[in-house]
Amino acid sequence: MSDDVLNIHHLHASLAQAPNCGILRDVSLSIAPGDVHGLVGESGAGKSMIAKAVLGILPSAVTLTEGSIHFQGRNLVGLDERSYRSILGRDISLIPQDPLSALNPTRRIDAQMTDVMILHMGWNMARARAHALDLLNEVHIRDPESVLRKYPHELSGGMRQRILIAVAFACEPKLIIADEPTTALDVTVQKQILRLLREMRDRHGTSILFVTHDLGVVAKICNTLSVIHSGMIVEQGAIADIMAAPKHAFTRSLFAATPRYDRPADTLVPVPQNVVTALKNQAAAFDLHRKASS
Amino acid sequence: MADPRAQTGRDLLGNWRVVFGGGVFLMLVVMALAAPLLSPADPLEQDLMLELLPPVWQAGSEPRHLLGTDGLGRDVLSRLIHGTRVALAVALVAGVLTAVLGTTLGLLAGYFGGVVDSVISRLVDIWTSFPPVLLSIFLVALLGTGLHSVIIAIVVIDWTRFCRVVRAEAMVQRRMEYVDSAVTIGLGRFQIMIREVLPNVLPMVLVLLTLEMGIAIIIEAILSFVGLSLSSDTPTWGGMIAEGRQMIHQAWWMMTFPLGLIILSVLGMNTLGDGLRAMLDPVLRR
Repeated sequence: MSDDVLNIHHLHASLAQAPNCGILRDVSLSIAPGDVHGLVGESGAGKSMIAKAVLGILPSAVTLTEGSIHFQGRNLVGLDERSYRSILGRDISLIPQDPLSALNPTRRIDAQMTDVMILHMGWNMARARAHALDLLNEVHIRDPESVLRKYPHELSGGMRQRILIAVAFACEPKLIIADEPTTALDVTVQKQILRLLREMRDRHGTSILFVTHDLGVVAKICNTLSVIHSGMIVEQGAIADIMAAPKHAFTRSLFAATPRYDRPADTLVPVPQNVVTALKNQAAAFDLHRKASS
Repeated sequence: MADPRAQTGRDLLGNWRVVFGGGVFLMLVVMALAAPLLSPADPLEQDLMLELLPPVWQAGSEPRHLLGTDGLGRDVLSRLIHGTRVALAVALVAGVLTAVLGTTLGLLAGYFGGVVDSVISRLVDIWTSFPPVLLSIFLVALLGTGLHSVIIAIVVIDWTRFCRVVRAEAMVQRRMEYVDSAVTIGLGRFQIMIREVLPNVLPMVLVLLTLEMGIAIIIEAILSFVGLSLSSDTPTWGGMIAEGRQMIHQAWWMMTFPLGLIILSVLGMNTLGDGLRAMLDPVLRR
């Protein structure tokens, strides 16, 4: 649909060195305004590659060979660096995975928070700082004035992630990419951060692409979902439908493999080998078919 | 909550290397700034009646000349104190200029990598294959004697020291996640290099700078010793050593005191650098 914030259409990526080995295989997904779209998969499934492709920060060894990424109707594939820089931080922003290393240890919080506003909104330092103060209040940080004067190492991981969330919302972007924003945090903090993200989404109406390997997290925050394996989308749809009746064997086994407190630990089941083998064969067949038809 | 600045202050004073090195450095600064007030006599005043007087604790000395006089009857202590001015000026100016040039090139090479890195790194390789003392003598011969040529010679020779270290550190820093975050808020590459990477290599540069200041003092002394620095009207430590060498059998004090002061200064700078490194490195801190 044309009113989607983000529309990835038959995206195909491969290694520049080995063009026949797909990294993303025919990936399509779209995010409507205000939607939180979960992107779930195992390590190495390609979920971070999708996030990086949207942000235009793919490693140089990976090339997008086909397809398009439309953001608000504008194709981001092949966009020049200057235009990209005017979009990043302003219209698309990132909540990084590890809040402990995503802040520069040698710069104060106020300097790091105001960068993005001074750059994109054309504000002066005083105005940007005032807005940073509002944002810190909004993400429930106590005594924001003193936090602004601190260095990252003086703050806890949860605090730092709140600050990074504040930065991500600073310029009222249309799309936020959250790359496993809770993975590096402990479980109690995870819960607070998720609640905060949901609250911020409700208030600002921002669409979020939520990358994670944790189905429990997905259930709490997302309303649509893509399950990915071997760079292919294996199942996609509204979260309620998929949770109620997962169609693909891999999705079913992912749900079965999620630890639950109301089940004894020994009922934990790994994803069955035959499901994985089938997916790998499917990926290989896909590559072979592409090679033959090109 | 502890004030981080007070904490840094306590760390500084709790580190004997920093205290010793900083003390030596302060002493040199005071000597250089207050040279006319501190020196008991005019460093250029000759008195041929009082030539080659020994230091006060030896027989035949004159209480006016604490560390004795040289072959022209000039006061050794006063010449030492005035010599600090040249030594410190060279150490500071040459040290800072070397740091600026080396850091800039190292940062560009380490952060941008690729062709920029190849060009700068090859240049460093070629540069460091010249014998430094010969290169400096050649340069001063080419530029003419004088303080400015000494400083230029030091900068031209020693920028590679900074360049190599800063390049390596910049390569580490540019892979840090906060650099990626800076990219995703739309900052340009130069902005990221200056705002994000530079502050993280500065502690390293500061440590190197103190070491470089010691090296600059030695190079200046070497060039004075071979007569390529300043004319003998301006007292320099290296010049005093050169003059003392000729009379080493009659007047040991002429060469020993400037030599001792050079050793103390360089030791002080190196110790200061060592102490700062240990303090700024969070792993060595514990």
